[in-house]
Amino acid sequence: MDTATTNAIEIRDLVVDFGSRRILENISFDIHQGEIMVIMGGSGAGKSTLLRCLLGLKAPTSGHIHMLGTDICHATKTDLYKMREKMGVAFQGGALFTSMSVAENIQLPLREHTNLDENTIQIMTRIKLDMVNMLPHENLMPSELSGGMTKRAALARAIIMDPKLLFFDEPSAGLDPITSAELDELIIKLKKSMKMTIVVVTHELESVFAIADRIAILGDRELIQIGTPHEIKASCDKRVIDLLNRTPRESIVDSDAHLKRLTRNAQS
Amino acid sequence: MNKINIELVTGVFVIIGIACFTWLAVAVAGATFTEQPGYTLSARFTSTSGLREGAIIEGAGVRIGTVTGIAFDPESFEAIVELRINENVPVQEDAIAAIRTQGIIGEKYIKIIPGGFDELLTDGMELFETESSISLEELVSRYIFSSD
Amino acid sequence: MIKAINELGSNVLASIEQIGRTFNLLVIIAWKLTQPPYQIYPIIKQMYFIGARSLTVIIISGVTIGMVLGLQFYNTLERFGSVGVLGSAVALSIIRELGPVMTALMVVGRAGSAICAELGIMRISEQVDALECMAIAPDKYLVAPKLVAGILSVPLLNFVFNVVAIGGGYYVGVVLFGMAEGSYINGMIDSVVWSDVRLGLMKSLIFGMLITLICCAKGFYLHLSEHGSKGAEGVSRVTTDAVVISSIAVLFCDFLIGAVMS
Repeated sequence: MDTATTNAIEIRDLVVDFGSRRILENISFDIHQGEIMVIMGGSGAGKSTLLRCLLGLKAPTSGHIHMLGTDICHATKTDLYKMREKMGVAFQGGALFTSMSVAENIQLPLREHTNLDENTIQIMTRIKLDMVNMLPHENLMPSELSGGMTKRAALARAIIMDPKLLFFDEPSAGLDPITSAELDELIIKLKKSMKMTIVVVTHELESVFAIADRIAILGDRELIQIGTPHEIKASCDKRVIDLLNRTPRESIVDSDAHLKRLTRNAQS
Repeated sequence: MNKINIELVTGVFVIIGIACFTWLAVAVAGATFTEQPGYTLSARFTSTSGLREGAIIEGAGVRIGTVTGIAFDPESFEAIVELRINENVPVQEDAIAAIRTQGIIGEKYIKIIPGGFDELLTDGMELFETESSISLEELVSRYIFSSD
Repeated sequence: MIKAINELGSNVLASIEQIGRTFNLLVIIAWKLTQPPYQIYPIIKQMYFIGARSLTVIIISGVTIGMVLGLQFYNTLERFGSVGVLGSAVALSIIRELGPVMTALMVVGRAGSAICAELGIMRISEQVDALECMAIAPDKYLVAPKLVAGILSVPLLNFVFNVVAIGGGYYVGVVLFGMAEGSYINGMIDSVVWSDVRLGLMKSLIFGMLITLICCAKGFYLHLSEHGSKGAEGVSRVTTDAVVISSIAVLFCDFLIGAVMS
């Protein structure tokens, strides 16, 4: 098997510390080219930290991340920037620049990295805006957009350079179920039409099974399981079952016992 | 906000700023970017206390030059002052350069009192007759201590 | 007791770290400005914000301060019978001291706080990370134009301030108290020399750099400061810090430059 052609991202023995606190411990897995990989886990499981490592925004304590052949943890700034031109990121809050209109936001990478003429830039902007159904809103300012529109605009900005890798942080956070489902459809459409490798970080179960080719489940610093949606659903791991069944943690359920423990601590 | 507007307003701002700077530098401070025609003399004073570079040189109450430099001579313990005199202003060999004050607490300036010789000083020569600045404090203390 | 010493120590360390970070930012930007691409329009946009939009407040405060100085000096000088030096007294104190300092403080209050808050908000809303991920260096794209604009705008504002303040003094001395017009103007022209204007220029160049640098660094490095994880409250805290620190830095540097170059 030729790994170089099938693996877009290889993560090896990734360890991340925040001060003296360990956030991620020995994470190793591959993301294949052209698949939608969903990284999920409860709050505080370290998925945002993993994403920041993948984006090169946070240097891990040890370990490697090979992305399209480049080790981004030990690359020079120039190589990292070259790599980043091949990836697009849609942040949780959109991270649109508030001083620019939607169209200007989307054009920014083109203007900074290419010498295309104004006409081509306009055409490319309109194509990408159309892809995410934002064409009628191109001249609005980010402050005038709804939550779903902001996410779609951010997505358009992420794909303007036709990246090979697309990262999506919490696509459905703060959205109603219908808008969230529309966004899921959009992600699948993008994968089909642009043959991108897409990494989605989320904790929203419904979208996970709607879009994922494979799922990586993080829990309490480490990788619990990785596999296709089928494998995950058939999992015997208690932590995975709890996550899928939305079983609350013990301390919150057994409130009487918990209350007793709290009061006892107070008395002694 | 439109693009042309910002550039226009910023341009106006820059022009106003540079105009103010030019007025201050040229009209108020009298900075000249080309040296004024004239010649330079030097003079030694036992005290130049209060005199500054750029102070004016007067002859008969009219501005005839500028102090361009004040240096200290460690051997004679005197101050050497460079005087830039305007062209066509004659300074005789025995003319006197005196440091004076405008009013009691005003600016120090140099007053040139003309001499009687026919020989005129030329560029780089020295004025030997000088009167140093009179310090108000010294005069006052002399008066106080001599009166009792 | 030991805890207090510990806390003091870590506070001192944190401040030193901040100073280092701030000047490191200056060096990085100075280096990056020598690298292409060179962009003029972002600088013009920032000069519009820092400079042109500050003109009104600079003119109002300049006239007011000139009038106050004229009034105070006139009353004091009248007792010594030396109102003739009013022009030079007003002009010298404005050009050498008050002009650069007041301009810098006004710019800190009007533009510095806004710069800091803007960068802080961009940091917490992941806009800085987004730039980084688009392979656009955020320090060069966001901070460099502000820094250049600050260094260019503050001296220009300073000269506007000087001129209107001298005008304010003229109004009080000549128009209100009726001193001779020539004695105000000529007294000023006789006493102000190029080195005074040069000192003012130097001061305002340094102040312009200092205040924009401090305000930019405070907002840009919000995530590294102790208020980093506090969201909107963090932004307001670093903005307050930025205004206080840059004002103190201006006053301290004014003393320092005065002591070194007088």
